[in-house]
Amino acid sequence: MLRFTHGEMTQAELGDQIGVTRQTIIAIEQGRYSPSLEMAFQIARVFNVGLDAVFGYPDTPDGSP
Amino acid sequence: MSFEEKSTWIYAVIAVTLPVAYFATVLGQLPHTAAADIEFQVPLVAAIVAAIVLTIVAHIGIAIAAPDDAGKRDQRDKDINRYGEYVGGIVLGAAVVVPLILALAEADAFWIASTIYLAFVLSAVSGSVVKIVAYRRGL
Repeated sequence: MLRFTHGEMTQAELGDQIGVTRQTIIAIEQGRYSPSLEMAFQIARVFNVGLDAVFGYPDTPDGSP
Repeated sequence: MSFEEKSTWIYAVIAVTLPVAYFATVLGQLPHTAAADIEFQVPLVAAIVAAIVLTIVAHIGIAIAAPDDAGKRDQRDKDINRYGEYVGGIVLGAAVVVPLILALAEADAFWIASTIYLAFVLSAVSGSVVKIVAYRRGL
């Protein structure tokens, strides 16, 4: 997970950096909440990576997007 | 649990318990009192005022217990709140038809006031339940 490869950043620390609660970070990591595009870009910027490195979207069973 | 989720739980519990006390008080008079003679005004106002006061006190309590989280409301909280209010609004719109019909039928004020109150209670409870499910299981 990106947080652990960036100085073992805690969920609270990541939340503070992008202006959300720790519970929201937990919900994002557990797939219970889809962040807004702005929030997604902010998370990617914290880790200095592209969006694709942070978020993915599962393909359908037949392999189509 | 975030501050907003705790707030939602507080709202849900109060939205259930105080109306139960009100309806137990007034409906208990029905077997031996005509609806037109039931003194519902004081219990109804007391239930509403008590709900407001208890909600404020409870929120002060959770803010004191976790001052760092007090008042924090992020985009997820706003999204969940918006969704819960949307559902609560639909329930309120549907439920308020009953007192409207009662009014058209010139029913006793007790029934009209009580069903209006019930409509608001159902709206508050349904909205809170939706929000809690959204917090626990996701939107």
